[in-house]
Amino acid sequence: MEKLTLDIGGTPILHEIDLSVSPGEILGVIGESGSGKSMTALSIMRLLPEGARLGGAIRLMGNDLAACGERQMCGIRGREIGMVFQEPMTALNPVKTIGDQVAETVLVHTRTGRREAMEIARRTLERVGLPADRFPLSRYPHELSGGQRQRVVIAMAIALRPKLLIADEPTTALDVTTQAQILKLLQGLVREDGMGMILITHDLAVVAGLADRIAIMRQGEIVESGPTLDVFETMRHPYTRSLFAASVHQPLRHRPPEPERQMDPILDVRDAVRIYPPRGRTLWHRPPAVRAVDGVSLAIRPGENVGLVGESGCGKSTLSRAILALEELQGGEIRLFGKTAGPHMPNALRAGIQVVFQDPFGSFNPRWTVARLVAEPFHLMQRKPVDAAARVIEALEEVGLKAEDAHKYIHEFSGGQRQRIAIARALITRPELIVLDEAVSALDVSIRAQILDLLADLSDRLGISYLFISHDLSVVRSITDRVMVMKAGKIVETGPTDDVFNNPQHPYTRELIAATPMLSTALSARRERSSDND
Amino acid sequence: MSMPAPHPTKARSLRRAVLGSRSLMLGSLITGVFVAMALISFVWTPHSYASLDIPNKLKGFSSDHWLGTDMFGRDVMSMIMVGARTSLAVALIAVGVGVLAGVPLGLFAAARRGSLADEIVMRANDLVFAFPALLIAILITAVFGPGAVNAIIAIGIFNIPVFARLSRGAALSIWQREFILAARVSGKGKARISVEHILPNILNTLIVQTTIQFSLGILAEAALAYVGLGAQPPTPSWGKMLADSQTLIALAPHVAIVPGLAIVLTVLGLNLMGDGLRDVFDPRLQRGRR
Repeated sequence: MEKLTLDIGGTPILHEIDLSVSPGEILGVIGESGSGKSMTALSIMRLLPEGARLGGAIRLMGNDLAACGERQMCGIRGREIGMVFQEPMTALNPVKTIGDQVAETVLVHTRTGRREAMEIARRTLERVGLPADRFPLSRYPHELSGGQRQRVVIAMAIALRPKLLIADEPTTALDVTTQAQILKLLQGLVREDGMGMILITHDLAVVAGLADRIAIMRQGEIVESGPTLDVFETMRHPYTRSLFAASVHQPLRHRPPEPERQMDPILDVRDAVRIYPPRGRTLWHRPPAVRAVDGVSLAIRPGENVGLVGESGCGKSTLSRAILALEELQGGEIRLFGKTAGPHMPNALRAGIQVVFQDPFGSFNPRWTVARLVAEPFHLMQRKPVDAAARVIEALEEVGLKAEDAHKYIHEFSGGQRQRIAIARALITRPELIVLDEAVSALDVSIRAQILDLLADLSDRLGISYLFISHDLSVVRSITDRVMVMKAGKIVETGPTDDVFNNPQHPYTRELIAATPMLSTALSARRERSSDND
Repeated sequence: MSMPAPHPTKARSLRRAVLGSRSLMLGSLITGVFVAMALISFVWTPHSYASLDIPNKLKGFSSDHWLGTDMFGRDVMSMIMVGARTSLAVALIAVGVGVLAGVPLGLFAAARRGSLADEIVMRANDLVFAFPALLIAILITAVFGPGAVNAIIAIGIFNIPVFARLSRGAALSIWQREFILAARVSGKGKARISVEHILPNILNTLIVQTTIQFSLGILAEAALAYVGLGAQPPTPSWGKMLADSQTLIALAPHVAIVPGLAIVLTVLGLNLMGDGLRDVFDPRLQRGRR
């Protein structure tokens, strides 16, 4: 493969983008949502939405793709250029076997017979780490985990050994340990096949560890590009600097004096057990019940921020729902402010604990005004306070919004603003404990940094405790005093945040920390490598 | 504390949305004409709808009889006006019965998803659904005798499972959303959440279905009248008019075409209105409309 240049001018989405990838090279394209990075990928594939107009030239080994007709493009997609999408859950057809789906790429583009295509599919699946004995071609997507599905998607993309592989946020939907495996796989495939890869991501740490060169995009423009190490070391453009600063951001915390051990915990969970009834039960067959939370004990003292870390399916969300008294426990006890908590606890007790959810788009009733949304927890009080409207405005201003915003609808706000509204809603009853369930996971890094600052500030000023649930270790590290690591319904390690991160005791904690892409470690490893070469 | 001035664009944007939606305007216009005709018929009709004038039977359009006369010399215009009354009233009340009984049932079933109550409600709905509307109507009229009231009951019963199923299905997907969890954290019970959160969010689906059921109700009333199970003479009804005139279609086509057209136009108007209303009621769609 020669050089791929991409110029798109004229459209207001992308301005004069110049990119090039050489064989065997990984180009990282970084940008926040709306920066046009996905549109760039779709332009290369010519899979643009209706009405899009493309200018400039896209050259793949000398052929101008921008000038190709749809029929020619169909021959190029999948054969010359492969693509890996973000969401492995929806990128596969659920009613076709994985073998068929990988073979489909082969059958569409070459004159091979079905048996031969299946043979190629078999070999490709071996290459992406799905051996025949455990993953026969006849498997269906729903029988695989997220990481395994992403391997199938990758197999589809590389089945014909394309010259260029475009990976659009390939690991964003995956757990850290899975992410590490997939990134390693992609890197290996690029080296073996000598194909070029464009890795599109919002995560600087991922790119720093993997890409040879990077391009940073913002509002449809490339603000800076060059070899990875150069870009990170010089950071000529202010946006690069701000992106970098946001990624390693540590919210300023005036840590309250070490909470006294004698102080009664506001939340005290003892041996909590949550069992889900078995699914797929028939008259003759009874599958075992799922112990989603299996004997968990924890305590949060006033003013303390506690992190709960674990991968998806470890039971952390189930635990949070039990703490929020949304679900009944099958064993153990949860005490809030010294009183037993449960789904039937009085509203006055409930008012002391509030929650912020992950999805800034799903956690609001789209038909309510912000004022009504924020005021909803007033329902917990005996009667609505007389100054309810004033308190709504106070809460909005507390989180950095304006009083006028109270009369708008939720769709008028961006993701970061919505998360501020969610925090305002959680603050309105002046609770002592807020459960943050992946509250910043869906946000761009710069917005995430702002929200973390806000949370740290609120906790300092109002003395609120947080139970901070996340899969993102770097976020948890920045805002918590104590951290607990959860695996398969059990807490495997707990301790002061710095101790756990610097000196992890449990093997699982070590594995998690090793798998988490860290910008600083990735960069220093890179520096070492380049100095070795000199 | 001074309340900020009410959001200035809200009322205006709503008005703009209403005026801007062509289907809503057209639909309301057509429906409005028929509603107006039905209302005016209470105080005035060009002629008495029941007065027979055999010598002037099957006349064409004229200044005296705007839409001509039927085989008994009755004024078609007057009959259409009074018939609109029957059709709209029957359809409206029948759909009302369906909504008022079906939606709460559906919301209840969704709130107690998977429970015994859910099963009982939904299986009972299936049972009603298993009988065609016309069969229920014939059953009821066989027992209680034909008439407008019994037609209303028959069509209304048929509407209940439609709305129950629709609201249950729509509500189930809303129950999965995080803002429901947020409401539960705010200590709200299932009934309250159903009314405050679920209902507003399934409203546009319900509005569209209501207009569809409304037009189906008009058709059902016409069908019942056509087979002689609806409103009884001398009360005119569009379906009855169609039935009476079908043998004369070659001789005086307008006598059949006019009531047929009235049915078609009302159904069309209601459907257009439903589409338009759905767009207007959805705040998410308001911003895009200029």
